[in-house]
Amino acid sequence: MKWLGRLLAVAGKEVRQLSRDRVTVGLIVGIPTIQLLLFGYAINFDVRGVSTAVLDQSQTSLSRRLVGDLGATQVLGSIRQAGTDRELRELMQRGDANIAIVIPPDLERRIADGRRAALQIVVDGSQPALENVASGLASMPLLRRAGAPPAVRPVEILVAYNPQKRTAVQIVPALCGVILTMTMVIFTASAIVRERERGNLELLITTPVSPAELMAGKLLPYVAIGLIQTTLILVLGWFLFGVPVAGRLLDLYLGALLFIAASLSLGLLISTIAQTQFQAMQMAIVTLLPSILMSGFMFPFEGMPKVAQWIAQVLPLTHFNEIVRGIVLRGAVLTDMRPELLKLLAFLAVMLTLAMKRFHKRLD
Amino acid sequence: MSIAITARDLARRFGTKWAVDGIDLDVPRAQIYGFLGPNGSGKSTTIRMLCGLLVPTRGTVNVLGYSVPRDSEQVRLRLGYMTQRFSLWDDLTVLENLEFMARVYGLDGPMRRERIGDRVRRYDLAGLAKQRAGTLSGGQRQRLALGAATLHEPDILLLDEPTSAVDPQSRRDFWESLFELVGGGTTILVSTHYMDEAERCHRLAILDRGRIAAEGEPKSLARDIDAVVIEIGDVDFTSARSALAGVAEVRSVAQLGNRLRVLLPKATREPEALLLAALADGNPRATVEQVGASLEDVFVAATKLRAEAAQGERAA
Repeated sequence: MKWLGRLLAVAGKEVRQLSRDRVTVGLIVGIPTIQLLLFGYAINFDVRGVSTAVLDQSQTSLSRRLVGDLGATQVLGSIRQAGTDRELRELMQRGDANIAIVIPPDLERRIADGRRAALQIVVDGSQPALENVASGLASMPLLRRAGAPPAVRPVEILVAYNPQKRTAVQIVPALCGVILTMTMVIFTASAIVRERERGNLELLITTPVSPAELMAGKLLPYVAIGLIQTTLILVLGWFLFGVPVAGRLLDLYLGALLFIAASLSLGLLISTIAQTQFQAMQMAIVTLLPSILMSGFMFPFEGMPKVAQWIAQVLPLTHFNEIVRGIVLRGAVLTDMRPELLKLLAFLAVMLTLAMKRFHKRLD
Repeated sequence: MSIAITARDLARRFGTKWAVDGIDLDVPRAQIYGFLGPNGSGKSTTIRMLCGLLVPTRGTVNVLGYSVPRDSEQVRLRLGYMTQRFSLWDDLTVLENLEFMARVYGLDGPMRRERIGDRVRRYDLAGLAKQRAGTLSGGQRQRLALGAATLHEPDILLLDEPTSAVDPQSRRDFWESLFELVGGGTTILVSTHYMDEAERCHRLAILDRGRIAAEGEPKSLARDIDAVVIEIGDVDFTSARSALAGVAEVRSVAQLGNRLRVLLPKATREPEALLLAALADGNPRATVEQVGASLEDVFVAATKLRAEAAQGERAA
């Protein structure tokens, strides 16, 4: 059992050093709290208050009523009137308007005719999520009162699991994974590099500590930190955003444990490659951005190109997002998530093998 | 006399540069063996190869009967290593550092307490026990590092420039501790660039650009020096130096107070007369006197002669 003694010695030392590093202790609690508050309140896929420009070439009571109706939806805010086509363009170019509504002079004839589009909505394509707004506006039964034939809505949209379409409900579980990736990869990436940078490693590798004992001992405290962060996110999510956990907590923690291990192993591999903490940090960020952008956290996974989907398959966060959404929102049990769990396990195995291969008890 | 460490034709290349270029070494047990050499002479690289931290490009190492780096793990249990840079943990206290190292070396409960207690007493760390290592002075750090390196009572202690950031009194104390360990049977290999420390070693190897330029006991190295040492007095230093620069045999000139110390090859015939003749123009009242060689002379002679040999090779 000497190996266990050495492993625990390394873990104990790490905890002691961590507890004296006030900034890091602050980050352990601060990163999840700040991110959750920021993203929970700020990220909102329900678009409201889009600045709008209107070019009313018709200038009839009908057109004015139309504009009034559009303004009554909360989607459009601060409607500016443009006198000419050029003025409209300028408004959009400067970004003062993200959506423009052009009402043609022959509005009433077009409505009666019904074959040509009654009005035109111009969308600023450089802004995300606005196209959805436009199609939303287009499908509004705005023109019913104008005496047009009643619009038939061929498809009824029903939102399951998140009936109020609250972004927070989607965001909180997904943030759990994002925050864990951030802290776990960055903390471990610098854990071994720090010892290298400060010259401790040269001494450590002349002792009987084996590479496996050293790595396990260094990672163990971070596993605990990861679980603490998970708890923090769940509690905050429940208190602040009212996101309950539909599935079993144990399932969620087991899933989180595997994900934490996978993230730590990635950090570990980085720390065997990087020579300085600065390099380690940069490498961690290189893995972080694709995780955030491609894991289905920001954009629906299905909408991404095939190649991006393959890359996303490699990222542990993609699979954890599935797991955590399943358990927290849909009330799934862990066995439903078998493919995701297996992929996480495979990632963990590959990373650990690579890290062990790269780490020698030598300086060259 | 039994041998603790043997190396044959040991060499290590970094890129295209040979940091260590074929050295043979026999370190006797229970003695202090010194590596004397300037920065970049290969001292650290050699020590790192001896404890298995670097793999030799060429040559063999045998430590206590084990082949290194193959059996590095077995050797590590019987070897203590003090790195050039303080490598214990700045953010742990003195006691925590000792505790950690003891655990890592697998010392259990009572044994661990006893050893740590002993090192704290022996190296005068009691008053510092709760202090973080990062706040210690150079001498205090050295004592802590020595205490940590000897917790598992190693047979061999490798010390890489242990006193480079330490005041003279601490250096004296440190060397007293080393002799105490040697008295207990420990073999110590220490690298230094201080002449006074080199003089205290039982045996000494002078390293120069990856090779051993001279090897032996400090006394016999000085006695058997391949040079004549002459001190010149009563001269104007500037004109004397330029006059001496014109003498082909002069290997080195160094000023000591109001005298010049000159090294010439041993084979030089009538060196005093040669120098007086050279100085006669500008300094007719100059005095010359042949003196005994110091270790520094040995060092200068050994490195200068090698440099000349290298130059000769390049010219040829």
